[in-house]
Amino acid sequence: MKIIQTDLLCVGAGLAGERVAIEAADNGFSVICLSIVPARRSHSSAAQGGMQAALGNSAMGEGDSPDVHFADTVKGSDWGCDQEVARLFVDAAPIAMRQMAFWGVPWNRVVPGEQTYYKGGKPFTAFEKPENEGLIHSRNFGGTAKWRTCYTSDGTGHCVLYTLDNRAAQMGVSVIDKVEAIALIHDGDTCMGVIARCLKTGELTAYLAKATLIATGGFGRIYRESTNAVICDGGGLITALDTGVVPLGNMEAVQFHPTGIVPTDILVTEGCRGDGGTLLDKNEYRFMPDYEPEKAELASRDVVSRRMTEHMRKGLGVPSPYGDHLWLDIRHLGEAHIRTKLREVDEICQSFLGVDPVYQLIPVRPTQHYSMGGVRTNKDGAAYGLKGLFSAGEASCWDMHGFNRLGGNSLAETVVAGMIIGGKIVEFLKGAETVIKTASVRDAMDKQNARIADLVACKNGSENPYTVRNAMFDSIMKGAGIFRNGKDLETCVAELQEILGRARRVGLRSSGKGANPELTMALKIEGMVKLALCVAYGALKRTESRGAHTREDFPERNDRDWLTRTLATWADGADLPTLNYEPATHIFEMPPGDRGYGGGKIIPMNG
Amino acid sequence: MGRTLTFNIFRYNPSDPASSPHMDKFTLDETERMTLFIALNRIREEIDPTLMFDFCCRAGICGACAMVINGRPGLACHTKTKEMPAEITLMPLPVFKLVGDLSVDTGTWFRGMYQKVESWVHTDKKFDPKAQEERMDNALAEQIYELDRCIECGCCVGACGTALMREDFLGAVALNRLARFILDPRDQRTEKDYFDIVGTDEGIFGCMGLLACEDVCPKQIPLQEQLGKLRRKMALAAVKNILPKFLKKDF
Repeated sequence: MKIIQTDLLCVGAGLAGERVAIEAADNGFSVICLSIVPARRSHSSAAQGGMQAALGNSAMGEGDSPDVHFADTVKGSDWGCDQEVARLFVDAAPIAMRQMAFWGVPWNRVVPGEQTYYKGGKPFTAFEKPENEGLIHSRNFGGTAKWRTCYTSDGTGHCVLYTLDNRAAQMGVSVIDKVEAIALIHDGDTCMGVIARCLKTGELTAYLAKATLIATGGFGRIYRESTNAVICDGGGLITALDTGVVPLGNMEAVQFHPTGIVPTDILVTEGCRGDGGTLLDKNEYRFMPDYEPEKAELASRDVVSRRMTEHMRKGLGVPSPYGDHLWLDIRHLGEAHIRTKLREVDEICQSFLGVDPVYQLIPVRPTQHYSMGGVRTNKDGAAYGLKGLFSAGEASCWDMHGFNRLGGNSLAETVVAGMIIGGKIVEFLKGAETVIKTASVRDAMDKQNARIADLVACKNGSENPYTVRNAMFDSIMKGAGIFRNGKDLETCVAELQEILGRARRVGLRSSGKGANPELTMALKIEGMVKLALCVAYGALKRTESRGAHTREDFPERNDRDWLTRTLATWADGADLPTLNYEPATHIFEMPPGDRGYGGGKIIPMNG
Repeated sequence: MGRTLTFNIFRYNPSDPASSPHMDKFTLDETERMTLFIALNRIREEIDPTLMFDFCCRAGICGACAMVINGRPGLACHTKTKEMPAEITLMPLPVFKLVGDLSVDTGTWFRGMYQKVESWVHTDKKFDPKAQEERMDNALAEQIYELDRCIECGCCVGACGTALMREDFLGAVALNRLARFILDPRDQRTEKDYFDIVGTDEGIFGCMGLLACEDVCPKQIPLQEQLGKLRRKMALAAVKNILPKFLKKDF
């Protein structure tokens, strides 16, 4: 058995994983990052928007402070977040952004004097103070009182990731790519590392560590339509859930975006609607004003997504080989506007669709976008249930996002949480030695070898993993998508339980040798269906609407009964997760109140 | 639409002794707005589950899906079938080690590259968490960003005549990376430091000027311009080192 040992093992080498890795390496510990893809291809690279931090350097950010950022974050979470964590986050964010600048991120900077900006498609001028010249600038994102989002043109995630990966190389962090963790090594009490499969050769290796971090990003790919990279299939979460003792938090909290292009679900910016773009149905009829007479296309992300789905359910979607969709029409904005102000949208349409948005309609549909849920940790990033296991970034439920995260807060979370949790892991590493139990290592390795042998031999059956995955897609999109109700969720849970049975009977058509992609899928499908069940079952039980979780049959936010976080664990052999609940927050710096947008009734805490 | 597309795809699984390099033919009915991302996934899921290829962001941002498409390196994610003939030949990128079929190991190559050029900010300053950020001119930040946009897809390396002939050639991507740090005032390396890295045939003097790198760059980064600038700068640095001290001022 091939064994490699290190102090800290980061599963995932996106922004969160690498930021934690750097902190530990900087303190003299040996660090290995495992990544399914070369680190720089991580999904972090795709985040174009920016990172929120209350620097307050720009004219539109003047008067900003961590307190204002805190209030925005808690409101955005619909009071579902851990307020202690939100406070840690907002206080540390400015330092993290400055540190990124120090390491080489080319943040856009303040240019003094009168500047033209756009709001709601209309130009206006603001005066940037000469004394702020050259400081980090910020742009506007939805749901915030101040302009607070630090950015580098349209490539924030890319630039920050490259800078961090440079820094990791400098610090001697060892990044091993094309490797996938398929199981945690543990004894029910302590995590000792992972069993990982090389995606170049198929070989299994045991990576042993004093501390293990899960930073594998979101799990959007349990939905057919997702803006996530194809690698965001919840691999790290599956290894945590499979332990039977590590809970996943708030899995039912899933955010959708209204305008993913069809067929590949690449995002086109909300700016299209902000600038006056309209949504049309199969008759090229503009339907949004019928549902939302006041705001029409400019209603919030979730509202627009829900209305689009509602309209398609009435049979008014445009049929296509990839399923129904709607049209986004920006033709009336004119060539000059589209080619300059919406350049990125123009490029996406031309490059990926072969559609010229100046003359043609853009096919769009609501698309899964962000997973608020993940491996539940405490404020130090330590996972519940196993000593030595940590989690950070989108893979975790550290929980500053609650039931809806704000744009710019997720990308910022990766490096801010990485900095904070990295520090806590350093404390942990300084204080602790781990006893590696060879029996646990051998058992974990034997189990994975046996799984692979069974899949190759079709011992449990010969279900096609892709067919099973497609069945899961159908079920979860229909039952636990944007709109949820008791009846559909019950059907969805029952269907997914049946699909779980099929997932346990998959077998390969091929030999499984080398970097075999069929085996990669087969090893993961049971876990993916379990994640889908955590989402659907959690959503069924949560009889309220909060943030992105919308129940048609329970439209109120119910603080009396549901100011809680769902914790889902999976007992060995079970066909449903076990759900427990804990208070959303132990500290109320800000008592529950109205978010100021999104509408809806609230049942108060003591109502 | 209504075409039937034929894909000729390079096949070889180095981990399987029974496998030998050959071409396989697959056919698919073309659908509206089809890209190679959709086509290859359909082939794998409906016809041959063993087909190896890489996609990640599928949005032209991560660089994972570079391959040789009808003889030309490019990103498969934004290659639309309607702009291609009905017969499409797909080969893995050369230069990089083959993982299998269309999948190559770019990670190892690029990691080697950025160790060689020491692709990080060199400074003796210490970060002070209590201090305000150091200022930078926005125009300069945007200039750095222009060069930072490289996605390490490997197209320029796969298309490079020198890289095909000599394993140690750094390639346009490395020279572009270095140009980015030369531009960055946070990096305190001197011209001589840079010269030591790229003032050789492995670096700027190995380029034969075939310009393919820039032709195939999916991000349209002005690679040849960077190379030209670097050459002039490095040639000047070389001359400066030869000339007596009192003459150097004017450079």
